[in-house]
Amino acid sequence: MIDLLLRFLFGGVIVSAFAVLGDIFRPKSFAGLFGAAPSIALATLGLTIAHKGHIYAAIEARSMIAGAVAFFVYASVASWLLMRFRPPALAVTLVLLPLWLGTGLALWAIILR
Amino acid sequence: MGHHFKVTDAMRIEANLSAVKAVKPHEYVIRFVFGGLVTVMAGVIAKYYGPVIGGLFLAFPAIFPASATLIEKHEKQKKQRAGFDGARRGRAAASVDAAGAALGTFGLMAFALIVWQYLPAHRAWLILLLAALAWFVASMLLWTLRKRI
Repeated sequence: MIDLLLRFLFGGVIVSAFAVLGDIFRPKSFAGLFGAAPSIALATLGLTIAHKGHIYAAIEARSMIAGAVAFFVYASVASWLLMRFRPPALAVTLVLLPLWLGTGLALWAIILR
Repeated sequence: MGHHFKVTDAMRIEANLSAVKAVKPHEYVIRFVFGGLVTVMAGVIAKYYGPVIGGLFLAFPAIFPASATLIEKHEKQKKQRAGFDGARRGRAAASVDAAGAALGTFGLMAFALIVWQYLPAHRAWLILLLAALAWFVASMLLWTLRKRI
């Protein structure tokens, strides 16, 4: 329970901090870089290393590469849809989340499993 | 209040600290709670499905939906005050933000690669620091290259 609470607090603080950096910087394409900051990884890897060890965390990091490739596909499609059809950003970014998950799981099935 | 950091003659990176005030308190709360929940979710998934599946969620688009929506909203309000079509301009701004995030994912890959390759044999704090540096440098380099091309 304490572990979950710590993860919640670290995650909340680090994700919020990167979000603030994204608010501050301009131009928007530069600020967008912070949307793909390693916020969850920084929040969670320290605890994972402490509880499960270096090897376990390194295995997670290998899968994180696949997750980042899936993020690239997700953000590229979101950018194209927003520019081409101008739908609401919230709808696009939420509706496309299964694309991130599907791409990540496909990479897992093809490469990581 | 704006601070300018000149990268080349053709482009500037601007830090507008007053933008922090434009974000409402409930928007900060939403980000904090969402960030916390996603981080907990990543830990729980790793616990039940193991580190190979759990690791995917270290690259979950945690703040991207919220930040793109905020940018759309703020840009829309700004353009409407100036008499333009706020909705269209807002969504175009969100698209540019998303393109920046797509570039940033290469930095995310660099971060993960460093941790995967070097964490098993080195001190954790040093590798996490190097990985964060690799994320920043890779993202900056790609952004600069893209602006120049």
